[in-house]
Amino acid sequence: MLYPYYTRRSDPFALMQSMLRDFDRVAPRRAQPVFPAVNVWQGDEAVAITAELPGIDPADIEISVKNNELTLAGERKAPEVPEGARWHRNERGYGKFTRTVRLPFAASDDKVEARMANGVLRIVVGRPEEDKPKKIEIKAA
Amino acid sequence: MSNDVTQTADKTPAEGPETTTGARIYRPLTDIVETEDGVTLMLEMPGVAAEDVDVTLEQRVLTIRGKVRPTQPEKLQLAYAEYGEGDYERAFTLSDDFDPDKIDASVANGVLTVTLPRAAEAKPKKIAVKAS
Repeated sequence: MLYPYYTRRSDPFALMQSMLRDFDRVAPRRAQPVFPAVNVWQGDEAVAITAELPGIDPADIEISVKNNELTLAGERKAPEVPEGARWHRNERGYGKFTRTVRLPFAASDDKVEARMANGVLRIVVGRPEEDKPKKIEIKAA
Repeated sequence: MSNDVTQTADKTPAEGPETTTGARIYRPLTDIVETEDGVTLMLEMPGVAAEDVDVTLEQRVLTIRGKVRPTQPEKLQLAYAEYGEGDYERAFTLSDDFDPDKIDASVANGVLTVTLPRAAEAKPKKIAVKAS
């Protein structure tokens, strides 16, 4: 690989970046990253988990709750292509996935609500009454 | 929750100019398949609705932009984040044998599918050989 010194002389990091890119291309792939990435939201009344699941039919996603563990499972199906089609790029990943998230409290099934919009899944888990902090009133002596 | 850093399929921020608002722009992961009729691009753009996608073809450069609708559950605070949200942008240089008027784009479950039919004159014509 040649690195001409005159490429984008104004940007001193250009050469370094281009070398890093070449290295990424040659280096063996790292261990399979965890899918899907999740964001966890917390509040007094509930906890929400959001995940980006592009290209997955909501019917193909299984969500289950057991005690304080929430499990997301499903499959990313490869697109159906006609025979003789040529792949130019394949950056997206496919296959089965499962991910378990530990909740800060034990959830009951009837307090879990899941919605999917534009490939973003949102699961809201309500906090059970017995887990909520109790307010103790102070009596006048 | 354990304190280990979980490695997730991280989204790649796009290279190039910054945004004025300081928000991130992501480069959507793309699958490109070529068939006899043309080329199909499939771009992962979770959080982008069909009406917020902008596909333009100008001087052989196909630019795809998607404006994200951020997920913000009511009354909740973000406690732990593995992915970021931001608009998507990516551009591809095409060979010039595509019909710009016939480009078709659709969004389903956060995946944008762009179909570029090959221009009629660029399709290889099959010549039948007659036996005499």
